[in-house]
Amino acid sequence: MTKRYFSSIALALGLLVGCTSALAAEGPELPRAGNNISDQASLQRGAKLFFNYCVGCHSIKFMRYSRIGEDLGLTEQEVMQNLNFTGVNYGETIESHMPPADAAKWFGKAPPDLSLEVRAKTADWVYAYLNSFYLDPSRPVGWNNTVFPNASMPNPLWELQGVQTAVRKDGSEEVEKLELSKPGKMTPAQFQQATRDLTNFLEYVSEPAALQRKHYGIWVLLFLAGFTFLAYMLKKEYWKDVH
Amino acid sequence: MANVFTRIGDWVNERAPNMMPAYRKHMTEYYAPKNFNLWYYFGSLALLVLVNQIVTGIFLTMNYKTSAAEAFASVEYIMRDVEWGWLIRYMHSTGASLFFVVVFLHMFRGLMYGSFKKPRELVWILGMLIFLALMAEAFMGYVLPWGNMSFWGAKVIISLFGTIPYIGDSLVQWIMGDYIPADATLNRFFALHVIALPLVLLLLVVLHLAALHEVGSNNPDGVEIKKGPKGNRWDALKPADGIPFHPYYTVKDLVGVGFFLLIAAFIIFFAPTFGGWFLEHDNFIPANNLVTPSHIKPVWYFTPFYAILRMIPSFFGTAVWGVLGMFGAIALLFALPWIDVGQVKSIRYRGTGFKVALALFVLSFIMLGAVGAGVTAEVIPAWFGNVDVTFWENLFGRMMTLLYFGFFVFLGFYTRLGWEKTKPVPERVTMHD
Repeated sequence: MTKRYFSSIALALGLLVGCTSALAAEGPELPRAGNNISDQASLQRGAKLFFNYCVGCHSIKFMRYSRIGEDLGLTEQEVMQNLNFTGVNYGETIESHMPPADAAKWFGKAPPDLSLEVRAKTADWVYAYLNSFYLDPSRPVGWNNTVFPNASMPNPLWELQGVQTAVRKDGSEEVEKLELSKPGKMTPAQFQQATRDLTNFLEYVSEPAALQRKHYGIWVLLFLAGFTFLAYMLKKEYWKDVH
Repeated sequence: MANVFTRIGDWVNERAPNMMPAYRKHMTEYYAPKNFNLWYYFGSLALLVLVNQIVTGIFLTMNYKTSAAEAFASVEYIMRDVEWGWLIRYMHSTGASLFFVVVFLHMFRGLMYGSFKKPRELVWILGMLIFLALMAEAFMGYVLPWGNMSFWGAKVIISLFGTIPYIGDSLVQWIMGDYIPADATLNRFFALHVIALPLVLLLLVVLHLAALHEVGSNNPDGVEIKKGPKGNRWDALKPADGIPFHPYYTVKDLVGVGFFLLIAAFIIFFAPTFGGWFLEHDNFIPANNLVTPSHIKPVWYFTPFYAILRMIPSFFGTAVWGVLGMFGAIALLFALPWIDVGQVKSIRYRGTGFKVALALFVLSFIMLGAVGAGVTAEVIPAWFGNVDVTFWENLFGRMMTLLYFGFFVFLGFYTRLGWEKTKPVPERVTMHD
């Protein structure tokens, strides 16, 4: 009897996992970002990149400077000097430097807020996107992206990455692969690490509570395991005279 | 101390002499069959999830802003700035999905052991009404964060009413209070989600339990313990195969609660979006009536019914057939006690035809879920390469729809025309340790 239950539970779980992976496989195959939000040094490097290269156009309006300081192990002074370029208070949310009305005029569409970008698109997508810019003179800003074709965003990290150009399939417009035609300040490996750090920071920004829930989760599970064991012993004791 | 409790008890008894007997009737002197198995945990677990939804819901309303302009940001405020807000919200969102998990399993238990059959038709009908109210409750709750999938999901589901001839279009506007889901829609859905439907749900749950305690619980053998021999250790007139609900099933359900909370806590703390199934990627984008998500689909627990809707083609110039099919899929479950008239309740003693039909019914339900969630649209090209995806998806989905409805047609004939070869049902319940 018990065996049958376990096999049906195993079957149900198998179906669930199957469905989940089928959904995860949605869209084109993306490289794994391979980031880890528990890696504080990586978050700090990512924050530095974000505030140097991204916040000029993109806000993270649900995030506060003070929260970044707390979670990334930085002092108020460090945050205010190195990350806060708009001069707002430590407890304020992070707005971009660019007025939205101008932004819409310059890019056709105001650059989106990135507070929840990783939750909306996944970390793998953001990582792949950051690595997939290429020069395309046919586009208004001169850049295109294989992960998000015809995006109206230029490559903000081109100085670091260098310039990629597209190798097209014979006689078609389809991009076969991207080639680094002019090297940047970083080697390809360094650049991948930098974009991984930036993705990591954006994943943290999309759910700062993830640091807490992973921290508390293990203790909750241990407590519940103990509770369940005690409940089981209690049940056995009560039920020993039921036949 | 004990003396104080006795005195308080006496004081209450003197003033409300029927309160203590009511507790006894439903707890210490409610005799449940002693052979409940794993499938009997899901009723009490559904009650636990209901309490969780109400308690966490109350705390969410303390910081949620009911307006199309502020709702999305207020949810993020809860997630980031409210102390433990993320935990409350994940408990609520995970609870919603797990509610359907336990309710589906609870309903499957009823099908398997014939708990919907005479004399428990009323229990079943009340349970089905709970299921309907729960679907309405979940749908409206899903709209409240005002993400892009909230908006488009609401638009698609409400527009179903537009297929009703003559009054359809006006009805849709009346429901939304606008031409598209908007501030008015959000406000009324909030009112319905936090007070109207929870009251209905609570009332129905009380009635569901009251009706159950009138007839007594069924069990995995489908044996009526009230018709069996009398006399147990506690009462000479009560069923010999019954044991008091409290403490026996309260301590047993506590074990179920422990296992359930382990799974729930794992999801809440380590996989709160459950890979995009419990909280969808597109709902982390604010509602935008100009940007349609690439795949509009409901949350997983609605997908089987949504697939039936999509799979039934429109003809005679109207799409109402799909809507009728979707509601019919639920209406047939209501009518099950009068469709399946077989005398033997439990699957243990029913004919092979029933076992096969039930297995195919479950399969069709899961597969329709996969079609509705867009899994087949991904899997077909991945497994079979360059084929006409719409054609094969429709063919598969329609076969599964036929299989779903076929279950009811088959059971009607199978149990009426004497095709079912049942096994003898034992006199007393059986114990499997």
